[in-house]
Amino acid sequence: MDASVDGIAQPWGSRTPFGRHEPWPVRVDTHLAAGVEPGMVERWVQAASILHSDGDAMDIAVSGGHMVGVRGRSVDRVTRGRLGPKDLFGWQANASPDRLSRPLIRQDGRLVECDWNTAMERIVCRSKSLLDERGPGSIGFYTTGQLFLEEYYTLAVLARAGIGTNHLDGNTRLCTSTAAEALKESFGCDGQPGSYDDIDHADVIALFGHNIAETQPVQWMRILDRLEGRDPPRLVCVDPRPTQAARRAAVHLAPRLGTNVALLNALLHEILRTGRIDHDYITAQTVCFDELRARVKDCSPEWAAEICDVPADRIREAAEVVGSADRLLSTVLQGVYQSHQATAAVVQINNLHLIRGMVGRPGAGVLQMNGQPTAQNTRECGANGDLPGFRNWDNDQHVTELAKVWNVEPKTIPHYAPPTHAMQIFRYAEQGSVRMLWISGTNPAVSLPELSRIRSILAQDRLFVVVQDLFLTETAQLADVVLPAATWGEKTGTLTNADRTVHLSDKAVEPPGEAKPDLEIFLDYAARMDFRDKDGGPLITWHDPETTFEAWKRCSAGRPCDYTGLTYAGLRLAGGIQWPCNDEAPDGTERLYAHGISWARPEVCESYGKDLVTGATNSVVEYRSLNPDGKAMLKAADYLPPHEEPTEEYPFQLTTGRTIYHFHTRTKTGRAPQLNAAAPDVWVEVSAFDAGTLGFHEGDMMEVLTPRGGLRARLRSTDIRPGLLFVPFHYGYWDTPAGHRPDDSTPGRAANETTITDWDPVSKQPLFKTAAAALRLVERGDGASAPAPTTAASAPSRPGDVPATMGGPSARVSQVGDPARHRHQGDSE
Amino acid sequence: MNGIKLILRAVHHGEQHLVRELVAVAERHHTEHEIHHVATDLAGWSREHLQQVSDTARDYDLALTGPPDASSSGFLMTLTEQAAERAGCRPEPGLLLLRDLRELHLSASNNSLHWEMLAQAAQATKDDKLLELASACHPQTLRQVRWTNTMIKILCPQILTSL
Repeated sequence: MDASVDGIAQPWGSRTPFGRHEPWPVRVDTHLAAGVEPGMVERWVQAASILHSDGDAMDIAVSGGHMVGVRGRSVDRVTRGRLGPKDLFGWQANASPDRLSRPLIRQDGRLVECDWNTAMERIVCRSKSLLDERGPGSIGFYTTGQLFLEEYYTLAVLARAGIGTNHLDGNTRLCTSTAAEALKESFGCDGQPGSYDDIDHADVIALFGHNIAETQPVQWMRILDRLEGRDPPRLVCVDPRPTQAARRAAVHLAPRLGTNVALLNALLHEILRTGRIDHDYITAQTVCFDELRARVKDCSPEWAAEICDVPADRIREAAEVVGSADRLLSTVLQGVYQSHQATAAVVQINNLHLIRGMVGRPGAGVLQMNGQPTAQNTRECGANGDLPGFRNWDNDQHVTELAKVWNVEPKTIPHYAPPTHAMQIFRYAEQGSVRMLWISGTNPAVSLPELSRIRSILAQDRLFVVVQDLFLTETAQLADVVLPAATWGEKTGTLTNADRTVHLSDKAVEPPGEAKPDLEIFLDYAARMDFRDKDGGPLITWHDPETTFEAWKRCSAGRPCDYTGLTYAGLRLAGGIQWPCNDEAPDGTERLYAHGISWARPEVCESYGKDLVTGATNSVVEYRSLNPDGKAMLKAADYLPPHEEPTEEYPFQLTTGRTIYHFHTRTKTGRAPQLNAAAPDVWVEVSAFDAGTLGFHEGDMMEVLTPRGGLRARLRSTDIRPGLLFVPFHYGYWDTPAGHRPDDSTPGRAANETTITDWDPVSKQPLFKTAAAALRLVERGDGASAPAPTTAASAPSRPGDVPATMGGPSARVSQVGDPARHRHQGDSE
Repeated sequence: MNGIKLILRAVHHGEQHLVRELVAVAERHHTEHEIHHVATDLAGWSREHLQQVSDTARDYDLALTGPPDASSSGFLMTLTEQAAERAGCRPEPGLLLLRDLRELHLSASNNSLHWEMLAQAAQATKDDKLLELASACHPQTLRQVRWTNTMIKILCPQILTSL
């Protein structure tokens, strides 16, 4: 297979089929800028994608000091050379003419350019006066899931031990906090039990609220290749939308929004009723089985069918497929994480695996996916609501140990309560107790729920907002100081994907103008603030990516995310390696629980657990009595109805999500021509049934309204479940005349104008999938079609009516198979 | 059996009180989104308890009412929520929230003790039905207690140091 394809029209490229238990064949995908031939590339620089959580390993093509293309790395364990459309085209955003190249400060209400010293002094001055007058609780940090490990670690040290604030979180709160929390609830500690290689070995793959074809396109290619090979897996798909996975599934369940716990309890009920459980595993490795059994006793498929609006027989069928699997792989994403009872539902998926003994063996794994590329690193480094190294804030020993690593007194590190989560940081800012908010690499004015509220918080005079980013985003437009940051390809650092694979991403080109790596910015701030350790020495002793990595290794030592066996040199040589990597596992660790549950003992666990309904924290005493020997915990949960149900005024359920051609607030993907052209504007998906009943057609301009606000979008009629609307999230305003918000000339466009301010009480992840909404016709489309791709879940219900999504000549991607395999095929002919 | 009637009445009264308090707190702290939603959910638990208590009480010739209507107080709620939104961007309501959480905590603890008493009386009289009632409801009351305690622990540092 040496071919070129249209990387937009065929986002998953051509097939390299393989059989069960065989290695996934190599396919090297390359996209070079127009007019660039491979021979013109001067250097190929090793990197990994920061546009989704796969961590696709790639080489950046450099010529004349510029990026001119990308190529997948054939040796990489995660991708075997493949790249998704966001990887192939997204890099072009780096060179956009509107990149920030100098710092900006607000003067007389306007942002004006200044030098770094002026900008940093303004931040330092405000920080010091706030520390003096109002204390560390008046300063908050909100970071992203798109920086590197070294940057998160430095930020965590300066925030927690330098400033001494409890208010540091990542926007990973929106994408991955439920994954982390559910792993803590079931296994006592964060860390993915599965591996992407499980896709090669599983005979059943169950996808729960995970539109893998669009969010992790390369791993979907892997599933597609298995579906075409010998002994293909059966797919079970739980998703209200007709995703690519749903179309290929043996069983597709499309439940009403907010009913995941009911559906999962019914699956557990059926599996227990039919006795398809691993008694030995349950006895040896778990606690609380009797409680789980009692709790799901009455949760029959008929009971769930009423709640979920899914046929009971279909639920039985799904339970049959999952229950009879020899090796079961489950993957989970936002359809569960951002929905009602998020953690409770995800824990039931862990339970499904635990009672079937489907953990720790090839093909038997759970992948609690991440939304963002470096979400895993915020969790490890404690730049989200955790302490670094998966330490337990409620365990004094852990805090003491961390204080020793940092050479500070334990009381310097706030640990009187769990670290403040993002939604609460914004609430404190709204109330006026947080007076400075430093936002790095994220765009809450588009990504948080109920945007009019978020804009009013950020626009307050009393709140000093620092934004560190690549562009003048919607959020940056509301800032008091804007710092121009370098990004991927312009700086060096490591990132860890959803299956614990650590990649090194090297600097290939210079950042534009005076833009600096985030690490340099944080180090500069720490130096200007003159943070000290308990002996009066500098708190932060490192000065570049590699020395930061070495410092992090000392912090991670002995914890589940042990990096001590990794080095920059090793990562350059071997490519991606999975943590823990240390003396005992010098080549990394493929599966965390291959030898039983290892991090749930009371003295090592990351959390003593929470109540799955109220979020109330358990004490160490309760944890010890529940789980003295550190086994996996089978935590049961009752179904509760969602907090917002359809009414006469708002008769639809509304869900939002990511699609294949865009990523986080479109800051980068909206500036990549091929990706932007494939999905240039927001749309609303309506079921063919509802559209027919109400007399609406493809392309009609609609208004979607909820009690929070509204947006306008063209209608796409699809096979989505009736009663449900879908709007792709993160279309903002930077490319509209209004700049950062709707106004008279720019109607609402962002999905989060409409979403509710509500979050899972356990993981504190906001709910983006549970609103009730009204749909109103604004004007007829008259032949226009919705700006929605035809290639993926938004495919029209009547394909002929809409022009197919194509990339054209500028979207050509070369796909080259493994030469060794070609020879082999040639020999056999 | 007058003692049992006494405790059934006390439990009933206490759960009724807690429902009212939880609903009121949910409305008053409309802009504290987690408080609002979880308090509403927890009011549902106390409503279930009331239903079970009134069902069981019939066997003891006690006529206790079922749970109050789940729908809120309409116009009054809108007013309270609007007031909450207006006050939502000031720090002082934080103190009011702490006071309300403390009151909820005390009410739920009060109920917990009544369940404890009922369970003890049930064991002394070998009354399985009564014991079942206490065993079904008491764990949820304890979860209500823990929730208020957790929220106080989390919110207290910020609210009390920022005034």
